[in-house]
Amino acid sequence: MADKVKLAYYLSGGCGGCDMAIIDLSENLVDLLPRLDVVFWAPTVADVKYRDLEGLPDKSIDVGLFSGMIRLSEQEHMAAIMRRKCRTLIAYGACAALGGIPGMGNMHSKEEIFQTAYFDTLSTDNPDGVIPQTRCLVDGKYELTLPEFYRYVRPLQDVAEVDYFVGGCPPHHSFVARVIPDILGGSFPAPGSWITSDKAVCALCDRNPAVKGEEMKLIKTIKRTTDGPPEEGKCLLQQGYLCLGAVTQGDCGALCPKVNIPCRGCGGPVPGVKDFGLRAISAVASLLENEELVDRIPSPVKLFYRYSLPASMLGRKIK
Amino acid sequence: MSDWKPNIVVFACNWCTYQGADLAGILRCDYPSTISIIRVPCTGCVEPEFIVAALKNGADGVFVGGCHPGDCHYQEGNNKAAARFKLLKTVLTEMGFEPDRVRMEWISGSEGKRFAETMTEFNESIERIGPNPIGRYINGG
Repeated sequence: MADKVKLAYYLSGGCGGCDMAIIDLSENLVDLLPRLDVVFWAPTVADVKYRDLEGLPDKSIDVGLFSGMIRLSEQEHMAAIMRRKCRTLIAYGACAALGGIPGMGNMHSKEEIFQTAYFDTLSTDNPDGVIPQTRCLVDGKYELTLPEFYRYVRPLQDVAEVDYFVGGCPPHHSFVARVIPDILGGSFPAPGSWITSDKAVCALCDRNPAVKGEEMKLIKTIKRTTDGPPEEGKCLLQQGYLCLGAVTQGDCGALCPKVNIPCRGCGGPVPGVKDFGLRAISAVASLLENEELVDRIPSPVKLFYRYSLPASMLGRKIK
Repeated sequence: MSDWKPNIVVFACNWCTYQGADLAGILRCDYPSTISIIRVPCTGCVEPEFIVAALKNGADGVFVGGCHPGDCHYQEGNNKAAARFKLLKTVLTEMGFEPDRVRMEWISGSEGKRFAETMTEFNESIERIGPNPIGRYINGG
């Protein structure tokens, strides 16, 4: 057998769900592990420190998986280290590739976020009004440091050059099972592209009227998932549930629409789309029967940019 | 900022509003020199990306002009554009732009005078609103 593939995995500003998507490979993982040499995957898999990764020779790691967005100076620093040490760096999952759910924080200022987190929430007990500082002196002699909390969330490609993107929140394990052997075999698409099956969620969805030879009709009403369960087997968008499957990569196999949940776009934009939210606006609005329905769409920015605000053209609330 | 003049991008549909602009010229109607017209086949092809790209690159106002409802050369283009534009406007407002910074109007090929008047009025409204806040955003504000 050829030399083992050296793998590094860094969990940045994510929730750990992308790590779990790899663990979910279960039996497949048993076959893969003999071909892998995990040099860095703290703290989930390997007991290594940042300085161990920093001490490795540059470009000595074959593949680096980076999950989570960039909010702290520590994460920005580690993105630079990962880029320097890895020959191929992959933005793995919606947060690293697009900014993800934490990216919706870009609709609020740092001050608003601190106010909510450290003062306003019911469970907060903060009589001295302490907020995180980058430096703090304890007992007059011990200097403690914390990473800086940046004003905005950024996707990985804003701080380091990214070779490939993988969407999904988290990427579905069946897709990961298809992707990882390709990665280990050194088979990659053109640099800078998404690793994807190139199909939209709609193309894989059983509810899609087009695959059943039916006509797509205009939307007559706007519904939320709390308005009761949708009709079985009928397109969610047709029924008024704002499903974004038309502009989302379907590497998940259209799982959410199968269980009555409209697609929210975690898979990332279909090839050729730069700004997910704007294209989703275009797709959904063209299907509305009348303009008045627009007023009934709740919180449109956080609906259309649920996973992709930091990677969008504007990137954040501008004032 | 006393010498500030608005920079306005106009997407004009080839079949109506652009003809209206032509007529405005033939009729020698005055309208502000702050507007730059981009001719498009139909308002239906003005993707939200075009409008956001204009704003992101510093346009103080964006105007989309097309055929009156029912008069679209491609039957449905302007209706689809209207719904998209309305949704985009709510998004842009939530993102921090003044809602009046973007406007959509129907101006036909025979309404040269109205084109000039609308441009003059839109220019004045942008002058009242002031410069695009994106400038402060680019400078880290």
